[in-house]
Amino acid sequence: MKRPKKIVTEASQSFTFTRRALLLGGLQGGVGAVLAGRLAWLSIAENEHYALLSESNRVNLTLIPPRRGWIVDRQGKPIAINRTDFRVDLIPDRIVDKDKLLGDLQALLQLPEEEMQRIRDDLEEAQGFKPVQVAEDLDWEKYAAVSVRLNDLPGVSPMRGYSRFYPDGAAVGHLVGYVGAASAKDYEESKDPLLITPGFKVGKDGLEKVMEPTLRGTPGAKRVEVTARGKLVKELTTRSDVPGHTLKLSIDAGLQTYAARRLGTNSGSVVVIDLATGGLLAFVSMPSYDPNSFSDGIGRDEWKMLSEDDHIPLMNKAVLGLYPPGSTVKPMNALALLEAGVDPRDRVVCAGALRVGNGLFHCHKKRGHGPLDMKNAVMQSCDIYFYEMSRRLGYDRIAPVAKAMGLGQKFDLPLVSQRYGTVPDSAWKLKKYHQPWTIPDSLNASIGQGYVLANPLQMAVMASRLASGREIKPSMFFGHDKPAAPLPYSAEHFAIVRDAMYGVVNEGGTGGAARMQVPGVALAAKTGTAQVRRITMAERAGGVLSNASLPFRMRDHAHFICFAPADNPRYAASVVLEHGGHTVRNLDSPMTGRDIMTYLFDPDRAMKSLAEVEPTWGGDIATRMAAKAEAWKLAKAGATPLPTSTPTPADPGANVAAAVD
Amino acid sequence: MKQTGIIPAPLAALPWSMLLLVIAITGFGLVVLYSAAGGSLSPWALGQGMRFLMFLGMAVVLSRVPERMWQTIAFPVYGILVLALIGVEAIGGISGGSQRWLDLGIIRLQPSELMKPGIVLAVARFYGMLPAGQLRTINAIWPAAILIGVPAALVMLQPDLGTAMMITFGGLTVTFLAGLPLRLYVGSTLAGAAAAPIAFGMMHEYQRNRVLIFLNPESDPLGKGYHISQSKIAIGSGGLFGKGFLQGTQSRLDYLPERHTDFVFATMAEEWGMVGGLFLIFAFFLLIRWGMQVAHNARSKFARLTAAGLATTIFFYVAINLMMVMGLAPVVGIPLPLVSYGGSAVMTVMICIGILMSIDRDSRRGRRMA
Repeated sequence: MKRPKKIVTEASQSFTFTRRALLLGGLQGGVGAVLAGRLAWLSIAENEHYALLSESNRVNLTLIPPRRGWIVDRQGKPIAINRTDFRVDLIPDRIVDKDKLLGDLQALLQLPEEEMQRIRDDLEEAQGFKPVQVAEDLDWEKYAAVSVRLNDLPGVSPMRGYSRFYPDGAAVGHLVGYVGAASAKDYEESKDPLLITPGFKVGKDGLEKVMEPTLRGTPGAKRVEVTARGKLVKELTTRSDVPGHTLKLSIDAGLQTYAARRLGTNSGSVVVIDLATGGLLAFVSMPSYDPNSFSDGIGRDEWKMLSEDDHIPLMNKAVLGLYPPGSTVKPMNALALLEAGVDPRDRVVCAGALRVGNGLFHCHKKRGHGPLDMKNAVMQSCDIYFYEMSRRLGYDRIAPVAKAMGLGQKFDLPLVSQRYGTVPDSAWKLKKYHQPWTIPDSLNASIGQGYVLANPLQMAVMASRLASGREIKPSMFFGHDKPAAPLPYSAEHFAIVRDAMYGVVNEGGTGGAARMQVPGVALAAKTGTAQVRRITMAERAGGVLSNASLPFRMRDHAHFICFAPADNPRYAASVVLEHGGHTVRNLDSPMTGRDIMTYLFDPDRAMKSLAEVEPTWGGDIATRMAAKAEAWKLAKAGATPLPTSTPTPADPGANVAAAVD
Repeated sequence: MKQTGIIPAPLAALPWSMLLLVIAITGFGLVVLYSAAGGSLSPWALGQGMRFLMFLGMAVVLSRVPERMWQTIAFPVYGILVLALIGVEAIGGISGGSQRWLDLGIIRLQPSELMKPGIVLAVARFYGMLPAGQLRTINAIWPAAILIGVPAALVMLQPDLGTAMMITFGGLTVTFLAGLPLRLYVGSTLAGAAAAPIAFGMMHEYQRNRVLIFLNPESDPLGKGYHISQSKIAIGSGGLFGKGFLQGTQSRLDYLPERHTDFVFATMAEEWGMVGGLFLIFAFFLLIRWGMQVAHNARSKFARLTAAGLATTIFFYVAINLMMVMGLAPVVGIPLPLVSYGGSAVMTVMICIGILMSIDRDSRRGRRMA
């Protein structure tokens, strides 16, 4: 389409100019209005948003890590406290000459090369105002050496902080756990800036981890005005921290430490329960790690040494160690038999073995015990009596009582994890193995072998429930006592069982070694040996090998449950020695149990007894751990094989295995 | 006008209300520069003030130049500036790296800066000469296209996208006012929109980043989007009345980059709030309206086009800078005239004002004679 050509004259061009200039002016005015509107939008509608951003630019919040709540025992004796700690950090943005500074710090603080590398790595990643840790837990001299040279060390920030201290060291390791710097993953999840504040620690295991919310406290804050480059302009306000709550435990720190020391070179656990409250008085798993050295960050060597040790110092065996409870279940079995209507006077003749179908079931006493009633069967720990009785009744009559005594149960305790163990019955076997229950299954279960598994805590609960006749529920905190309901079994039956356990120690039973020397206090107990290997016919014919001649891992577990005083029970306990093998008398479970129970009534006598034997084991816990670490280092440097196990001291006394079970 | 009283006639004849406006804008700018330096005349406020006085004097001198003279020197000045642009490019090529100025000993001259009024003069001169009858022919288009294209391309090579844009806009504004067919502008706007992706592809990495960050500044608040983010924080946190003189934390604590040059408006708005910002916008509005008024009253076609073109050049300065600092345009490096620290922009704006005053004077004299 062609339009007629427009004739443009000077006049029409001038008119066009006027029109277009007006249009242009209008456009300019419009843009001006848009700009004014935008300005109003930013400074009025979005003022709050931007004021906040401007403030967060201007003010740098430095968190002051809160002091962690203390952990104390039932008397208020400290188990975990905070020590004043001197630390040195670097503020990356204030560093002038990085290489020179790091060199100076290395010289002043005598930092090892691997630490220097870590600092360099941290500095690479860090930016701006966020401090990077150089060293913590410094002594005053080193701290002062840095502090007086601050003018020559731009970027260095010496600070006073707090570090966790556990006076009892390894004795409370598995009980309290340990603290450490939060992991990168923790920070990713919560984005809490406190987690990446130098010097701040979170609970990593045990009570420290489970009770983290109670123990942590509220961080303080220092508000400072900073420039975009991180230069501090002035301090604004400081809000001090609110320390975490103190945690008062039912634990008796003295008993806890005593039990840990008394375990000696064993790989074992001790759990002691106060029958009046259900409170745990001792909760020990040894060997352990020293939570103090974990709190400073553990070295690779130390970790390797701990993780390769066959005494598994990194596992809390008191709840995570599962063992066949062996003969310690016999008092509980006796209760179940009584409840099922068995007359305690009924006798079973022990000829040393019992034939069931094709199998021959042996008693631990090869020549047999002869005729036995219930009390003597418990006292002598006769296997044949319980084989025969459970063959008659079936284990399904016993399993409910085992559960009622705490076996296979989980308890409401502040623990990172617990293992249930197993109380087998026909329904359980059918479900798990799709096989019917057999008589041999009943026989094995009746002596705490076969499918039966329990942890030391459950064994202690079993002892406490037998001793009290009540459904004792263990608790860890002081003053949180729940009254325990009576168990639905006859008091008379409980009395028969307790009398048998008294006999075990005091009337010529298998636990004679545990007889207490405190006037007026008798111990009632049951020993137990749990086999971890199969004894072949050939071996049985040639004589069962002694535990001392077996490698550590093949040795029997040595168990002991007890309560005292026998006539008016106040405390119950379990002692579980992994692969203890009853090889050394003063390291065996009955004497260990006796001494620990003695501590509750006569600490001085108990300490004296410990003082006699401890030197023969190579000294106290700290001494032995130090010696072991030294040996490890030597072995690592030289050609000698790594000592993965703790040497068991030779015992001049007789092999007590036969006497015990 | 007769000489009355003690003020000499040439001084009394100056458009004082407009000059007072310019002095007010600059004065306010000096206050902002004083604060941006942390409450100190050095290093910015004092030097800027001295320079302003110098260029104000220059503008007054320029206002005495007869309008006819501008017509005469329009093309020669344009030619010299194109040569200077080539010269800058050549020096940059030899020394390696980009260079935007020529060192004349006493002053560092940015030819691209002077080209902003230069292009307006040259294009206006061209249409002033062109007979009205030719306006709808191709002869009205290609010379102007070359006049605009050559310097724009040279500046683009430096590379200085902001100045190249201003030169192009300045020239195009004059062609538009001269009366070229409207459909050319509508058509090329559409074509431009279609070509934008291609242009984007041809941009330098840093220019491309600026565009991307402009489209989404929050995507990289600590990196490339930092300028825009911090500028908006400064303006937004100022609120209605601002944080107060010397109280701007964004500028004082170095969060705001270029706080005395391109982002001086943000520095001002943080301390003086929306009230201060509206004052500046309104003052510039009055200044530009005065320039457009001069265009309306001008007697010749050349004078009309020149006046409107120069007024629009000042408008582009202000509009592009404010859009940039308020997050409505990419960061292109255009200062806020009379307020941002730096001599070149003051000089350019004062040349524009000087020529506008000269045209104003001429038209008033013409009216008196008529």
